[in-house]
Amino acid sequence: MIHSLFMINSAGDIFMEKHWKSVISRSVCDYFFEEQQKANSPEDVNPVISTPHHYLIHIYRENIYFVAVCTTEVPPLFVIEFLHRVVDTFTDYFGDGGETAIKDNYVIVYELLEEMLDNGFPLATESNILKELIKPPNILRTVVNTVTGSSNLSDTLPTGQLSNVPWRRAGVKYTNNEAYFDVIEEIDAIIDKQGSTVFADIQGVIDCCVKLSGMPDLTLSFMNPRILDDVSFHPCVRFKRWESERVLSFVPPDGNFRLISYHVGSQNMVAIPVYVKPNISFREGGGRFDVTVGPKQTMGKLVESVVITCAMPKVVLNMNLTPTQGTYTFDPVAKVLTWDVGKINPQKLPNLRGNISLQSGSPPPESNPAISVQFKIQQMAVSGLKVNRLDMYGEKYKPFKGVKYLTKAGNFQVRT
Amino acid sequence: MTDSKYFTTTKKGEIFELKGELNSDKKEKKKEAVKKVIASMTVGKDVSALFPDVVNCMQTDNLELKKLVYLYLMNYAKSQPDMAIMAVNTFVKDCEDTNPLIRALAVRTMGCIRVDKITEYLCEPLRKCLKDEDPYVRKTAAVCVAKLHDINAQLVEDQGFLDQLRELLSDSNPMVVANAVAALSEISDTSPSPAAQMEMNQQTINKLLAALNECTEWGQIFILDALSNYVPKDDREAQSICERVTPRLAHSNAGVVLSAVKVLMKGMEYVGMETEFVTTLQKKLAPPLVTLLSSEPEVQYVALRNINLIVQKRPDILKHEMKVFFVKYNDPIYVKLENWTSYPSATQENIAQVLAELKEYATEVDVDFVRKSVRAIGRCAIKVEQAAERCVSTLLDLIQTKVNYVVQEAIVVIKDIFRKYPNKYESIISTLCENLESLDEPDARASMIWIVGEYAERIDNADELLESFLEGFHDESTQVQLQLLTAIVKLFLKKPTETQELVQQVLSLATQDSDNPDLRDRGYIYWRLLSTDPAAAKEVVLAEKPLISSETDRLEPTLLDELICYIASLASVYHKPPSAFVEGQALVVRRTQLPVRSASGEPGATGATESPVPQQAQPVQQQQSVIPSHDTAMGDLLGDLLSMDLNPQPQQQMSMTPAPQQDMGGMDLLGGGLDSLLGGPSPVAGMPASQASMGGGLGDILGLGISSTTYVPPKQVWLPAPKAKGLEVSGTFSIRQNVRYMDLTLKNNAMAPMGDFAIQFNKNSFGLSPASALQVPSPLSPGQTADVTLPLGTNGPVQKMDPLMNLQVAMKNNIDVFYFSCLIPIHLLFTEDGQMEYANQTSDRKVFLATWKDIPDSNEVQKEIANPNQLDPKGISDKLQQSFIFTIAQRNVDGRDMLYQSLKLTNGIWVLAELKIQPRSPTMTLSLKTRALDVIPQVQQAYELIIANM
Repeated sequence: MIHSLFMINSAGDIFMEKHWKSVISRSVCDYFFEEQQKANSPEDVNPVISTPHHYLIHIYRENIYFVAVCTTEVPPLFVIEFLHRVVDTFTDYFGDGGETAIKDNYVIVYELLEEMLDNGFPLATESNILKELIKPPNILRTVVNTVTGSSNLSDTLPTGQLSNVPWRRAGVKYTNNEAYFDVIEEIDAIIDKQGSTVFADIQGVIDCCVKLSGMPDLTLSFMNPRILDDVSFHPCVRFKRWESERVLSFVPPDGNFRLISYHVGSQNMVAIPVYVKPNISFREGGGRFDVTVGPKQTMGKLVESVVITCAMPKVVLNMNLTPTQGTYTFDPVAKVLTWDVGKINPQKLPNLRGNISLQSGSPPPESNPAISVQFKIQQMAVSGLKVNRLDMYGEKYKPFKGVKYLTKAGNFQVRT
Repeated sequence: MTDSKYFTTTKKGEIFELKGELNSDKKEKKKEAVKKVIASMTVGKDVSALFPDVVNCMQTDNLELKKLVYLYLMNYAKSQPDMAIMAVNTFVKDCEDTNPLIRALAVRTMGCIRVDKITEYLCEPLRKCLKDEDPYVRKTAAVCVAKLHDINAQLVEDQGFLDQLRELLSDSNPMVVANAVAALSEISDTSPSPAAQMEMNQQTINKLLAALNECTEWGQIFILDALSNYVPKDDREAQSICERVTPRLAHSNAGVVLSAVKVLMKGMEYVGMETEFVTTLQKKLAPPLVTLLSSEPEVQYVALRNINLIVQKRPDILKHEMKVFFVKYNDPIYVKLENWTSYPSATQENIAQVLAELKEYATEVDVDFVRKSVRAIGRCAIKVEQAAERCVSTLLDLIQTKVNYVVQEAIVVIKDIFRKYPNKYESIISTLCENLESLDEPDARASMIWIVGEYAERIDNADELLESFLEGFHDESTQVQLQLLTAIVKLFLKKPTETQELVQQVLSLATQDSDNPDLRDRGYIYWRLLSTDPAAAKEVVLAEKPLISSETDRLEPTLLDELICYIASLASVYHKPPSAFVEGQALVVRRTQLPVRSASGEPGATGATESPVPQQAQPVQQQQSVIPSHDTAMGDLLGDLLSMDLNPQPQQQMSMTPAPQQDMGGMDLLGGGLDSLLGGPSPVAGMPASQASMGGGLGDILGLGISSTTYVPPKQVWLPAPKAKGLEVSGTFSIRQNVRYMDLTLKNNAMAPMGDFAIQFNKNSFGLSPASALQVPSPLSPGQTADVTLPLGTNGPVQKMDPLMNLQVAMKNNIDVFYFSCLIPIHLLFTEDGQMEYANQTSDRKVFLATWKDIPDSNEVQKEIANPNQLDPKGISDKLQQSFIFTIAQRNVDGRDMLYQSLKLTNGIWVLAELKIQPRSPTMTLSLKTRALDVIPQVQQAYELIIANM
């Protein structure tokens, strides 16, 4: 199981360590540093490293490497998932999981880690249980604490941890009972030079914000549940009812949580909402850059927050471009072109064109760079998924209900 | 207000100041001070000096302060064991607190204090907590057992905590069950003792399955891992386990999903091969695996390594999901590199898409990734025959890009394509040759040289090309040198007229100027082959090569089956069984075997530890197998005599051949010469009749040094004349130049001439049979004797005889058929490859020692044998070696010399021997060890005979 955890920042400092069993010397991280040196970029460090006596499994998030040390054979995904959960918890507690946030809250971080793992076994990882045990810091509470002398730590038994619904604490009370559901879909796609789709699929999630008193039992049904290819549920969802009736029946956790994530596979046709017409060419000493973006299958909705990024080859010295709308920047160190387009007006398609200058003397690059596209479309789920209705049982009051749809680009790439 | 303030220091000395604050009367100040201490601790500052002061703060009802002190204790108790004892009382008291949270916290913290002395005090509270009414306390206590086991395993077993843990497996609370499972699996992972093993029966499995649905995600991982170790008793049970685990595939935690996949993959093996159930289950596996690939890159990586195993085992699962493996340019490199290896292989239908995609990758920036993609194109060509042409043209396109590493990789790949589809794509050779100059990697150079050599007849300037490589011969890597040598020999055999000079040059470079034994040996082999028998050389060097298969980067089935059992674990990431990398732990062998049933589908899938070595036909190997049957030294001499003057310096070369061989060669030449002079086998007066001894005799006379043949027992009369109507047969057995002979003397004591001799053997223990017909000068006139040698093979029909070495022979002549029997001396059956390696170079295993230990002690037989000549160890081992008993190692123990020897019989039986030699003693002790005990008396006899007949 997980033996120790080291947090290493981008400068290579181990700024935090926690041992759940015996203390393992920091020098074990040398194996990690060795591996890190071989990598071209921070993301490229192999996540599972073996050393003569330990296994180092790490994730890279918020510019920090979270390196877990294990001494026995252990499921690596268990470790990776756990580490992600740790970072999620930090983000949840401190607003962000970065180095400063962790350093500012050392003691809470330490208490959290102690509470999340016991002898390497996960103990309490559900955010609502943790929050019962260790109150997250906020300005009001620190003020109150200093005045009254009370602490962040509650001395009640985390009741939820033992009930049949460990994700929900008992005795929740709200004056406004509300339940909001966000259906968010991301399109991962690779589009080739000619504009045809090489690969596309949809990753969807339904994120909920449920603030309901008591022990409500909810049922959410879809108009077209069959389009969901592969689903993974929050533990609260009753799998049997999904299998038999294709409805989501659950006692919700309190607050924000992800109810379901799903995947609409590559077998289904995926509607691609935007197209990019790239025209990039290189010759000796320079080149031309000409990119146009336009809407494709948007079901009449507006495409917003369009951002185009393009990692140019290393030999590119600078770019001199003119956008018809939005702004562009070229980072001459990272060689990344970013064009913040904004909304796409179907009548007047945004275009960015101009010249590329290359380092003198170096040959023009062999291949053209790929373009990645970000966009958002409100009020549309690209898969066509529609929520039919939401019913509540077990409680008497009438809650406010709402469903929002959002489609955005995930890993959306255009080859040029 | 943030915790950063805890790091502000004053000039006075931090520790001193903290000490003061810790001993303050004000609770608030105390707490702040402990927080400061903890903050320093987290960044690795040493605050252990404050131990007594912090422990003093422990007795408080403030839970937060208590927790902080506990945190501190856990960190520093190890370094201050005596001080830690001070805290014990508080712990014991806390374990009886009314608040379950405090009870749990106390038992949890106590387990974390890794001090032996404290563990004694821990037992009683722990026992109570394991039976606590509150499940929260029980589940914490379950983990505490694992902690305690880690500190003092014996104590845990003695105190019966393991039984208590097992009871918790049927606890009413799923969380308690999950923690008990986790604790038990960790204990059984680290403990070799059988008491620690987790037994599983149907009841526990049912309990686990019930708890599975209700416990936390982490608990599910532990339970699933435990389930995967269970062997269901029949199909139905396996099926029901699978059914109950399947819903876990829809969990949002990737760890749960992959552990569930493991249970299902194993379950499918137990359910049986191609039932409908398995087919449906396979369909259900695909979507969750695909979903794993769209999670965080770290998860993707682990998933891809596992998918690699899964698709090798069950290629159908992801058949239709090829696209998810397509690579995005901003994937981390470790994900990119994993993608195509796990790719479930191209088929005819999707090949166009696959090739287009691969071609795209080949223009990427990551060199490793590009290489892998080019290699993948080659694999497609080899795998899908219809696509080969498209692949080749794609590769040609890539070569045209002139990007150096792409070209090099493409050439390596094209070589494989040539191997797979001979005589199909040679038209592109000219394009390849254009790039000759740019190749600088050994792999690519070697491949190119291979191509030039293989197709020398179609390349007009092949000799020039190869010659250009030859210029820098000594700067090349061994791989290239070897390839160049072979290629030039091929060229020579194809165009002997123009390239004689070239071949001589390369042979002398390889044999005389090189220090590399491989290269030298290969050089000599070619040299001798060419000089002895160019036709044979042609057969060997230009032999048709076996086709290569497309599955080269696959795991072998046994390893694969083992790894399938380790899906979701580290082993699946490394693609090595845990025994190969988990060290220091007495790893208990478990969950390593899939049911034997799966073997029915794939031969040799389970059980055997040895696997068939992939048939990579390298020319070297072929040639090596040729050597023993040629008399190399003689070949040299004959080659020279026949003045096939390829050898510029025969003298030097001769001196390089090992001395005994040289002697043999000489001897044999004389023997052969005499044969031809005397016109066939005929008795020579004053000489023992057999040819071998004649040869040996001449050898001795000519002072060629030690006699070099194996020991030959004197001839015995096998068939007395009265029994066979006047034919007397006497004979013996011998080995000359690795051929076994039966040496016979036939004497006609009858009045009439005899003729039409023929011989036949009955089935015998070692399958000896005549290798050719009996050649007797016919007719055999009355009173005349004839010496006949009959070469023997060992591939005849086998039947165990009693006595073991008995050989029944039927001999026919024009008068009648006569039967007689004789005993084969066992050393006739010793083979020349009976030298067991002392240590295997590749695996670094002491082969001899391991084999010796492998054979049970009951198979060891000791005997005193005579050493009449009181030979020294060296003499003995030399002598024995001539009879193919090889000395593997020699040691001196207490003034006695120990020789460790091995020999192998023609039927593959190994006999290992330990020979204890007491200096100046007429006897020595021989211990023999073999799996076939029957041969021991014979081997003992052989030892005595050989040593006595020095």
